[in-house]
Amino acid sequence: MADFFIHHWGWWPWLSDLLAGFIQCNLLLLVPFIGAMFFVWVERKVSARIQDRLGPTRTGGKFGWLQLLADGLKLITKEDLMPGGTDRLLFKLAPYVSFVFSYAALMALPFADGWVALPMNVGVFFIIAVLGLEVFGVILAGYASASKWSLFGAMREAAQVVSYEVPLGLCIVTPCLIAGSLDLVAIAQQQQGWLTNWFIFHDPFTFIIFWVYFTCATASVNRAPFDLAEAESELVAGFHTEYSGFRWLAFYMAEYGSMFTVAGLGAILFFGGWNGPIPITHMLGWAYKPGATDFHTLGYIANLLGCLNFIGKCILGVTVMIWVRWTLPRLRIDQVMKTCLKYCTPIAAVMFVGAAVWQYEFPGGLWLKQTLPSGEVREGAFADHGGENSGQWSVVSGQLLAVREQEGTGIRSQKANNPATNRGQMTP
Amino acid sequence: MNLFAEPIGVTHYLVVGAVLFVCGAVCMATKRNALGVLMGIELVLNGANLNFIAFGSRILHADGQASIGLDGQLIAVFVIVLAAAEAAVALAITLNFYNNHSTVDVDRADELKG
Amino acid sequence: MNWHTVYFLLFSLAACGFALAVAFSSNIVRMAFYLVLSLGATAGLFFLAGADFIGAMQLLIYVGGTLVLLVFGVMLTAQSPFISMRTHSGDWILAAVVGGSLFAVLAQAAVSVPQWHAGAASNDPSVMAAPTTTAVGEGLLGVRVDALSKAGAAQQAGVLSGYLLPFEIVSVHLLVVLIGAAYLARAKRRRVMREVEG
Repeated sequence: MADFFIHHWGWWPWLSDLLAGFIQCNLLLLVPFIGAMFFVWVERKVSARIQDRLGPTRTGGKFGWLQLLADGLKLITKEDLMPGGTDRLLFKLAPYVSFVFSYAALMALPFADGWVALPMNVGVFFIIAVLGLEVFGVILAGYASASKWSLFGAMREAAQVVSYEVPLGLCIVTPCLIAGSLDLVAIAQQQQGWLTNWFIFHDPFTFIIFWVYFTCATASVNRAPFDLAEAESELVAGFHTEYSGFRWLAFYMAEYGSMFTVAGLGAILFFGGWNGPIPITHMLGWAYKPGATDFHTLGYIANLLGCLNFIGKCILGVTVMIWVRWTLPRLRIDQVMKTCLKYCTPIAAVMFVGAAVWQYEFPGGLWLKQTLPSGEVREGAFADHGGENSGQWSVVSGQLLAVREQEGTGIRSQKANNPATNRGQMTP
Repeated sequence: MNLFAEPIGVTHYLVVGAVLFVCGAVCMATKRNALGVLMGIELVLNGANLNFIAFGSRILHADGQASIGLDGQLIAVFVIVLAAAEAAVALAITLNFYNNHSTVDVDRADELKG
Repeated sequence: MNWHTVYFLLFSLAACGFALAVAFSSNIVRMAFYLVLSLGATAGLFFLAGADFIGAMQLLIYVGGTLVLLVFGVMLTAQSPFISMRTHSGDWILAAVVGGSLFAVLAQAAVSVPQWHAGAASNDPSVMAAPTTTAVGEGLLGVRVDALSKAGAAQQAGVLSGYLLPFEIVSVHLLVVLIGAAYLARAKRRRVMREVEG
């Protein structure tokens, strides 16, 4: 976009860089703003239906979609209260700290092939790190509210988020192990093709790990049934008891932004990201070939369809979280900790080991043969192996192959992008 | 200063690392709260980490060849892990002291008897 | 004056500014908050130097783990007499003198070496984009993929070996330390100050 400003309109480079960055930041800001409003509406409608009632039906016609606008206006016009004995600076800063870290995680989330605000090769790591930093906003809010209940709620919530980072990390590392990269764009690119290429169908261990991931992700964004720290019947409203108006809205947007982020992360790691169940854009020839850099309109439309696909998966994930919230009862804090330490962590660890062993034995997953966009071909569990070359595969770094050959450990390597050197059993 | 005029090199990182180190040392020397002293320790370790990263960075060197190459980043990994371990022990000691003496003032910790 | 310089100035001002705020503030909770921001800015500096794995690791482990632990400790001991404890002016003057002279020595050493000045590779896109994550991971497992050009496996093992043994040692070290810290900070009955009897 910056090149467009420079070359077509002849602006100064720094101004066009600044404007391009500003526009893209604002586009990304729309995700928590509009996402929060949309998810509030979805939550009210879904919860109403689950509870056998209708939800908002008056403002904005039959479906009440203007209700969220009315709620937003009400929140903005509320009186700005601050309790008496608080630390004013920390009280004012806490919601924005939470919001900033929630937004920072969105910067590393790719919405389509190459459509990512911050392309880094440690994208997964960065998102886990930043999601864990939101807890500072919570602790500051709890402390700065000068209320015992807020402090208790904040400490419990912080302990819960930090405890669930351990099984969450194990669950996230498993698809990274299968993909061989921490780069989210690369992970999703490897799931391109039919539905069976998705990592959730790669092996039974990854399938189970997805459900553990969903549990840990729900716990780490403090959604029911793990929302003891902000439950109305327990601690008034936990750490955001004393917050009203726009400051509360910032916390709310941070929470829904985080829900969107973990749903998006699950979509990329397990469900193929922007790749649909049927590779329509590749069958039509619209999608960019790997390595192409110039701009085609059809390629842009293919990416846009992928982006809509990805957002659809995120909405589905958040809707399932909302559904679970209004179906299951709330867990006590000791039950929350027991779930983490006695169930999620051991299951995640065992499944991780299982997935690692499966990846070593059958790199192609369950299916016969998997051809990746880079031309690399991997054998699956049900393929006819034959010969001693089964189970060997080329890692991302070609230098590792060189080292292994130098060390003479006897492992022969399959070269990527060179089908001519593949063994005979690769041909059908 | 002419440091602003040239592209960012190792010198700039070393100066920033020095500022962090000195702030940490002043913190360790002047704070009466035991947790304040611990924060000083964290700042000192981060200043040293910045130095390691700067020497191990290919971007900051003129010809793309770092002084110590990947060793810089690997040593920084170990510094971060060991700092976490040390902070845990220091906090445990502080909490123990608080539980026994009802204070975190280091000026009151002047007896060898527990 | 390219964007790399601008972002470096931004992050370094944040890191140094908040570090000074930690040193000169007297409220322990605000000190903890400023420390979080200072170390977050340091992680940004790591990213700018091309060490993105270390930057993400700093955010995850240092800021998201160690500092959360520190903030928990602050919250547990933040009774009102301990939130703001002032130091004598004499101590401050001594600390300022020693700190100032230490900074002068370090800064003089930093600017005096000419090889450290020019960062002309900061404009080279191939250097900027070269990812180091895989190399760091391989190094921790004992394979130095950045030193493959050195001749001879034996020489390589002697001069530029991997970091597998330190990695294992530090894992066991963390386990031992955390068990010890958990034992040391276990909940005990608080000793009540009793009057001397008899």
